[in-house]
Amino acid sequence: MIEVLIRGAVCTVCGCCCDDLNVEVTDGRVERVENACSLALSKFKHYSSERILKPLMRVGNGFKETSYKEAIQESARLLVNSNYPVLWGWCLTSCEAVELGLELAELVGGVIDNNSSVCHGPGLIGVQDIGISGCSLGEVKNRADLILYWGSNPVNAHPRHMARYTALAKGRFVASRRERKLIVVDVRRTETAKLADEFYQIEPNSDYELLTALRCAVNGEEIELSTVSGLPVERVEELADALISCRFGVLFYGLGLTMTYGKSRNLDAALSLVRDLNRKTKFLIMPMRGHFNVTGSNEVFTWVTGYPFGVDLSKGYPEYNPGITTISDVLRRGECDAALIVASDPIAHLPSTLAETLKKIPLITIDPHRTPTTEASQIVIPSAIIGLESTGTVYRMDGVPLECKRILDPPPGVKTDVEIMSDLLSRVKELLT
Amino acid sequence: MSGLVIRNGLVYDPLNRVEGERMDIYVKDGRIVEGPLKNAEEVDASHMVIMPGGVDVHSHIAGTKVNVGRLMRPEDHVKDVLPRSGLRRAGVGHSVPTTYITGYRYVEMGYTTVFEPATPPLKTRHTHEELDETPIIDKGCFPLMGNNWFIMDYIRENKYEECRDYVAWLLEAVKGYAVKIVNPGGVEAWAWGKYITYLDEPVPWFEITPREIIRWLCKINLELKNPHPIHVHTNNMAKPGNYETTIETMDSVKDMASTSNGQPIIHVTHVQFTGRSGTSWINVGSGAPEIAEYLNQNQHAEIDVGQIVFGDTTTMTADGSFQFLLHLLSGNKWANSDVEVETGAGVVPFRYRKGNYVNAIQWGIGLELALLVKDPWRVQMTTDHPNGGPFTEYPKVISWLMSRRARKRLLRKINSTARRRLHLEDVDREYSLNEVAVVTRAAQAKSLGLAWKGHLAPGADADIAVYNLDPKQVDPSRDYLKVRKAFRKATYTIKDGSIVCKDGEIVSSMLGRTYWVKPPLSKEARESLISNISGKFREYYTVGLDNYVIEDEYLANPHVVAPAR
Ligand code: SF4
Repeated sequence: MIEVLIRGAVCTVCGCCCDDLNVEVTDGRVERVENACSLALSKFKHYSSERILKPLMRVGNGFKETSYKEAIQESARLLVNSNYPVLWGWCLTSCEAVELGLELAELVGGVIDNNSSVCHGPGLIGVQDIGISGCSLGEVKNRADLILYWGSNPVNAHPRHMARYTALAKGRFVASRRERKLIVVDVRRTETAKLADEFYQIEPNSDYELLTALRCAVNGEEIELSTVSGLPVERVEELADALISCRFGVLFYGLGLTMTYGKSRNLDAALSLVRDLNRKTKFLIMPMRGHFNVTGSNEVFTWVTGYPFGVDLSKGYPEYNPGITTISDVLRRGECDAALIVASDPIAHLPSTLAETLKKIPLITIDPHRTPTTEASQIVIPSAIIGLESTGTVYRMDGVPLECKRILDPPPGVKTDVEIMSDLLSRVKELLT
Repeated sequence: MSGLVIRNGLVYDPLNRVEGERMDIYVKDGRIVEGPLKNAEEVDASHMVIMPGGVDVHSHIAGTKVNVGRLMRPEDHVKDVLPRSGLRRAGVGHSVPTTYITGYRYVEMGYTTVFEPATPPLKTRHTHEELDETPIIDKGCFPLMGNNWFIMDYIRENKYEECRDYVAWLLEAVKGYAVKIVNPGGVEAWAWGKYITYLDEPVPWFEITPREIIRWLCKINLELKNPHPIHVHTNNMAKPGNYETTIETMDSVKDMASTSNGQPIIHVTHVQFTGRSGTSWINVGSGAPEIAEYLNQNQHAEIDVGQIVFGDTTTMTADGSFQFLLHLLSGNKWANSDVEVETGAGVVPFRYRKGNYVNAIQWGIGLELALLVKDPWRVQMTTDHPNGGPFTEYPKVISWLMSRRARKRLLRKINSTARRRLHLEDVDREYSLNEVAVVTRAAQAKSLGLAWKGHLAPGADADIAVYNLDPKQVDPSRDYLKVRKAFRKATYTIKDGSIVCKDGEIVSSMLGRTYWVKPPLSKEARESLISNISGKFREYYTVGLDNYVIEDEYLANPHVVAPAR
């Protein structure tokens, strides 16, 4: 019996990227995990089910097993022969793999995009319009006396967020939950709302109104309405007062703000509200990023191309225009003629009409697990699981980079994303010369 | 490889006192060697100027705040796009170029070594990731220490040895090159939305002063024999009257100068931003004569200029409070990025306008500093890229330094009140090519303690720039446009002995080194430090101590620089 204890492993599930997991490995199996939340535990429990162990190539309605070499050669050929491929995913893999993906996109042209275009993209567009008053999570832990979750439900989606970083954390200047005010704005009474000191239940799709009203109140204007977003105006003023009178406040927002009516308008309003608050007190804002490396994917895209997602390289240089250059746009227009999906499941998560379009074109998928997308693919290339079977850099939701540890060996013969991407890149380079 | 000979150029190598001599330069195995060489490739540099590869001591090219700048400026990117071509990667340029373009554009201008001067230790892994994707040039980064809680606590508790060991450990832990101090104590105050306004003002909660932070870090830096002096961005950035803070900051460590063999012990950066006289935005003026006078009298301090260039750029510093003020003043979009326990940052796009009184004063302050400080070794040329303007504007700055006529021409176009209040009109000095070589490479290499850079004696790295400029034909004072043209695109840039750029085009690429320093730290001292900080580390930070430390292997091409001096 071989026992290994890995301390301080980075959890590769949600954007909290908790880096304090202690993992006990016995006989090549994860035996016990300390500090993991329920989401993390379920990953450790299920990582080996539905695994793909050999590269697969479509024959008729089924697949035949093939070698990595052949799968990569055929993938390279498909990509090189396509006119306008789309390369998508990049949020459940390491930054090193994303770097290779971006060079691949330069070579084959087409669009490279990541999951942000269908989740937190509006927040990134908001930063381009307004800017952002941001900070690292430790600033919140050490200083924040007011924490506001807006359209996000960390109890279920980021289970350790409050304990490690916000309301329940112990910080240098704020010792306990009693010294922090927790406010929740949402359309329903979530588990997080139940823990709040103040809960503001608003009408669905009315975030923009409330944010705008709050801006008025914060800037000393009178709100000439009796209700806003279903709240009596007095409640709105009371909320504005709470925001102004804190010493150090933070607004965390989730998909309840980015993917509801108004989208990037909501974010313009939220970012502007927080900016305005800095004339009165210290106030910051942060997106509750979902996947563990969606932030890293945005970072790498930005330092290589200048843009965080939705980059069109078909002219050889980066172009960016959400509404034209994201995966949804190119699929909607039916323009792309091949797709490479890395560590993502668009067939399950995109609107069904777009998923149907994707099924009609040559589809290459790199993923550790069987998913609706792998099932629809021409070529499936299995990969090791980052943070479990391979190392790599990921960025926490606040932009803090962390290096993942390798806890287990990948299944025999299974390659890492970085190995697969470098082989694919070399093969494409060969074909192009 | 049988080497390379660069024939017949006019060599400007100030560190070896070579001033415009016609010489052949021999290169083998990445180094300058004694000639002659058999079967070497020949490069004809007749009627051209040869200088060591350019060295930039202060340019924001990589890391969190630079990437926030990129994210924020799609409107900046569309003006300047670069397709992939051959071995060259695609990207965007102008004020916050993508990493690949950053490397290429420096090389195109004959620069081969560049330092990122502000990295939050917690996010330095990010800085290294970007530096690893910045091709060709050698580079390094300066971790921010002027608002670090551990350091401020040590100062309050008067624990000097522990503080010294912590600084040594931190440089090693994040693979940093020099001790950087930005708005000492002021960034911590800004984390509460507050400000620090003078050198003896207590930092909220910590009850120590900016003066103490600077003095402690200066003393530690000298004791650790780090290759570069403390690199200081002073308090009161951009405020009218702040030239006094700048002088006071330099003066605050003067008594420690004796330990440094006459080398400067403090580098004050982008002094254009902290060289203002006056009491308000109405009467703000140039404090450059006073600062120059101080530097002319005192040998222990050096500066870089942080020249502004009129036009559109992106400002970014670790000084979050300054960026917020700039946002309030300009109304432009604003990003802030505070980092736990350590520092902050801010980004604001900005356009410097000739007709704007304050901007015109800023332009004058930079040039007055460069021209009034007598010793060029202690007034290095930077634009604090991209704060004063993109580094690609260096050729313009060089032409202003070399040509009174070029300055006069622009002086006529700037805000007239500013013109009257500046001293620039009366300054006749014009830099020689030798002095240009000092302020753009030799002095910066020397200041960084890179003994094998910034010169062309045998043994030095074969980093060489060849510019198409014939000093016998061209009078830089009159033909300043030709000077600009020559420095914009090097005819050859040679890095580690290979031609990487020809006629301003990248012809081959490579991975440069990342320099970092490993100050002495005994095993016992390290162990006791770790056991002392681990409790507090857990309490203050949100990452584990082990995950904070960056492994040597993380860097693609790391090179440790030993303690110097
Ligand atoms: S909160 Fe997120 S990152 Fe932390 S352990 Fe749970 S799933 Fe993992």
